[in-house]
Amino acid sequence: MDGFPILSLMMAVPMAGAIACLFAGANGARWIALIATLVDLVLGIALWVNFDQGGLQWQFQEYYPIFGRFAWALGIDGIALMLIALTVFLMPICIGASWEAIQKRVPEYMAAFLLMEVLMIGVFAAQDLYLFYIMFEAGLIPMYLVIGIWGGADRIYASYKFFLYTLLGSVLMLIAMMWMVHEAGTTEIPVLMTYNFDPHVQTWLWLAFFASFAVKMPMWPVHTWLPDAHVQAPTAGSVILAGVLLKMGGYGFIRFSLPMFPEASAQFAWLVWGLSMVAVVYTSLVALVQSDMKKLIAYSSVAHMAIVTVGLFAFNQAGIEGSMMVMLGHGLVSGALFLCVGVIYDRLHTREISRYGGLSINMPKYAVLFLLFTMASVGLPGTSNFVGEFLSLMGIYQASSWVALVATTGIILGAAYMLYLYRRICYGDQVNADAAAMPDLSVREIALLAPLAVATLWMGVYPESFLAPMRADIHALEARLAPAAPAGDSKIKMGAPKPAGEGHHEEAAAHGEAH
Amino acid sequence: MIDSASLLAVLPELTLTAGGLILMLVAAFGGDNSARLVNWLAVLVLIGAGLALPCSLAHGPDAFDGLMRADAFSAFAKGLIYVAAAAAILLAPRFFSVGGRPRPEYPVLILFAAIGMGMMVSAGDLLTLYVGLEMNSLASYVLASFMRQDERSSEAGLKYFVLGSLASGILLYGSALLYGFTGTTAFDGIAVAMGDGVSKGELFGLVFLLSGLAFKISAVPFHMWTPDVYEGAPTPVTAFFGSAPKVAAIGLTVRVAIEALGPAGLDWQQIVIFVALASILFGAVAAIGQTNIKRLMAYSSINNVGFALVGLAAGTPAGAAATMSYMAIYVVMTIGGFACILQMRDADGKPIEAIASLAGLSQSRKGLAAALAIFMFSMAGIPPLFGFWAKFLVFDAAVASGLTALAAFGIAMSVIGAFYYLKIIKTMYFDEPTISFEAKGGAVENVILTACAVVILLGYLLNPVLDQASAAAAASLF
Repeated sequence: MDGFPILSLMMAVPMAGAIACLFAGANGARWIALIATLVDLVLGIALWVNFDQGGLQWQFQEYYPIFGRFAWALGIDGIALMLIALTVFLMPICIGASWEAIQKRVPEYMAAFLLMEVLMIGVFAAQDLYLFYIMFEAGLIPMYLVIGIWGGADRIYASYKFFLYTLLGSVLMLIAMMWMVHEAGTTEIPVLMTYNFDPHVQTWLWLAFFASFAVKMPMWPVHTWLPDAHVQAPTAGSVILAGVLLKMGGYGFIRFSLPMFPEASAQFAWLVWGLSMVAVVYTSLVALVQSDMKKLIAYSSVAHMAIVTVGLFAFNQAGIEGSMMVMLGHGLVSGALFLCVGVIYDRLHTREISRYGGLSINMPKYAVLFLLFTMASVGLPGTSNFVGEFLSLMGIYQASSWVALVATTGIILGAAYMLYLYRRICYGDQVNADAAAMPDLSVREIALLAPLAVATLWMGVYPESFLAPMRADIHALEARLAPAAPAGDSKIKMGAPKPAGEGHHEEAAAHGEAH
Repeated sequence: MIDSASLLAVLPELTLTAGGLILMLVAAFGGDNSARLVNWLAVLVLIGAGLALPCSLAHGPDAFDGLMRADAFSAFAKGLIYVAAAAAILLAPRFFSVGGRPRPEYPVLILFAAIGMGMMVSAGDLLTLYVGLEMNSLASYVLASFMRQDERSSEAGLKYFVLGSLASGILLYGSALLYGFTGTTAFDGIAVAMGDGVSKGELFGLVFLLSGLAFKISAVPFHMWTPDVYEGAPTPVTAFFGSAPKVAAIGLTVRVAIEALGPAGLDWQQIVIFVALASILFGAVAAIGQTNIKRLMAYSSINNVGFALVGLAAGTPAGAAATMSYMAIYVVMTIGGFACILQMRDADGKPIEAIASLAGLSQSRKGLAAALAIFMFSMAGIPPLFGFWAKFLVFDAAVASGLTALAAFGIAMSVIGAFYYLKIIKTMYFDEPTISFEAKGGAVENVILTACAVVILLGYLLNPVLDQASAAAAASLF
């Protein structure tokens, strides 16, 4: 695959699909979108298969200096590979989820989604600072239209809030980028990742980037746009928002904030930890009292993302690997949960939890799959989120045991709100006649949820497939951060094993006394 | 002394003058029936003037002992001015044919304005500056009140005239002070005189001169005339006001600030920074409540001028280049936007100006709504549209010259501006249709619209050309 511009091709296919959709009818647009996203999925698999694990850090590089001051420069490392794989995996599912739910203005809808896919791949593959920014910001346009045109009753407020909130966060980052380019004299991200900026300036640059990524992530207290956007967006919009768009924030921290400003990252670690601790506890409690299913899952996303930030700012391999795994796992699981909500929303057209109940009686297949994703969201061993959360918490424990303590309560609270949600929807008596009359999953819906279930279990049982491509890159990042990393307070050290006989004797003595 | 080199250096102006005079005779003797012919001939004259630009460059830069400059800067600005003027001519016939009879004077007046604007951007002396400015203004006053049966149009013309004369007076006073304290009206002479420090008198002259120019570019606090004139003037004329004269006035301001007042850089920099930030903020905030799309475009132009001035505030060649690039991209967006606005007509062809009437446009006229959405997102500075690159360039220049705080404030305020552009998109895409527009636009309008939309979508591919041209233009000033 040497020299074959596969990344450009992966962006060109949905772009061509988007343009074709605009000139097609409703059904034609659906098929064009499905085919384009499936082609991209195949290309994504080819990308993964051909990725040389343990090879060069940057692979599949392309460089065309056609824009004057910046270049069409693409290339990926293991981290970007995983996120691109997540994107192309979720996109056909999104198209499938909108197959029947979207009936008005289908061509434009499909075009917006395909455009979004182009931009998401662009964000993860960009190797030029300005190209990254353009892709990063451009994603606002299709998402704004998706929320605003096909959203719920309060869609206009939600779309404005989404757009302006994230725009305000990002513009300051642009100023910081300009400063960096003038200082370092290059727009190439790989070069900038090894450039040592003056620690005093790093503070400002870090804050500017933080403003953008914290909003995108989203971190408490700038998370308020997320529940609104999620609740109003159509199902597929929520899937892509939770599944991929939020990951741009985490990706930004890994790609920019940490390697480019290691000193400032260490300096502000307390800030990230503090906000994350608040987020874990506060948003979990808020999730507990929601009566709207989508809002509940949206708040749970904020709590999960807080585990991501905690892991990222643990400054060690375990923490960062864990963050990546939480991001990937959350991408699958929250996407699947939004789909589960979509399934029953399509039948009853309400998101009120109290309108449902006892669904395990009339929708057994649905109940099984929903249970699987609920458990995955809680972080049950054997599912994707367990791996990530465990690694993240292990990482942060080495850095700060207090943060680890607070962040771990998120798992317990997560179990509380998710199981409570599941109980209210699937168990109990069938109090509502219309909910009791809902048919079980159709073939199409099973086809959407089954791949997600398989991937969730695969990631939980054999995470090595996903960790292996990222390991070398995360190791390099850890090495880059090492000189600046704050000292941990847990002082983990291997204990000296005691001689076996003595211990046995003492134990016997204790037993004797007790008797 | 008149020599042939000087005459060749002003060949574009000579072409326009000859063409304008001949077409005026054609219009006078041909009557209203000649309107179509005059229109197309006027566009040809503008193309001819554009083709004469390389010739004028070859015989520049100084003409008539420095009264006029034919350098890369003026060529860049004139190119833009001619394109914008041609678009304003092409967009007009359909508009005027609905209101009554087609008018052959319109293209002739635009040609005369174009001569004035050409003189403005190639002025090398305060006198040429003033003559060019007045030539443009006189044509503009008439154009603003072109629909003389229409009360709003007459009011616009009168208001423009009264306030414009006041501004000219201020500018003349500034020129007089500068002449009095430096002993010369030539730009380079003034720069030399200021080289040994800026005296109080010179400072006063500078402030008055810049105030007069701020009026012409409609920058805060001299912007009051803009919304009324934009709203009252016939829409093609508004499209013209929003594009060509803006380029000329900004070009003139850049040239005066750098060539004549260069040594006083620190003094005018503060003024420009204030004016830029005030324009950005005021343009953005005041636009939010507007219900008339032409008024909205007026505030939008105030806002955009603020951004363009950020490049000038940097005071570097990169900054001047950024300002000119900004104007180039802005002209494309403005013409495209007005080509959309001109198509807002009801079934009888009567123009509609209420923003609310755009509701549901995305369902009745998909292409038009998409084009207007592209221009609005672009004006809001959202990538990947080309409007983002315009803002990028000016802020990049500001950051490069150490004005990071200015850049940060300016860009944060651009988010306020994004709100009202989004409002138009929201009206077109999210709201249900109320009024249905005429089913199809004119062919010429559609061609212009499509051309502008393509530039805005794929503009980044033009970057190498634009960078080179604007850098050459800026280099000729320093």
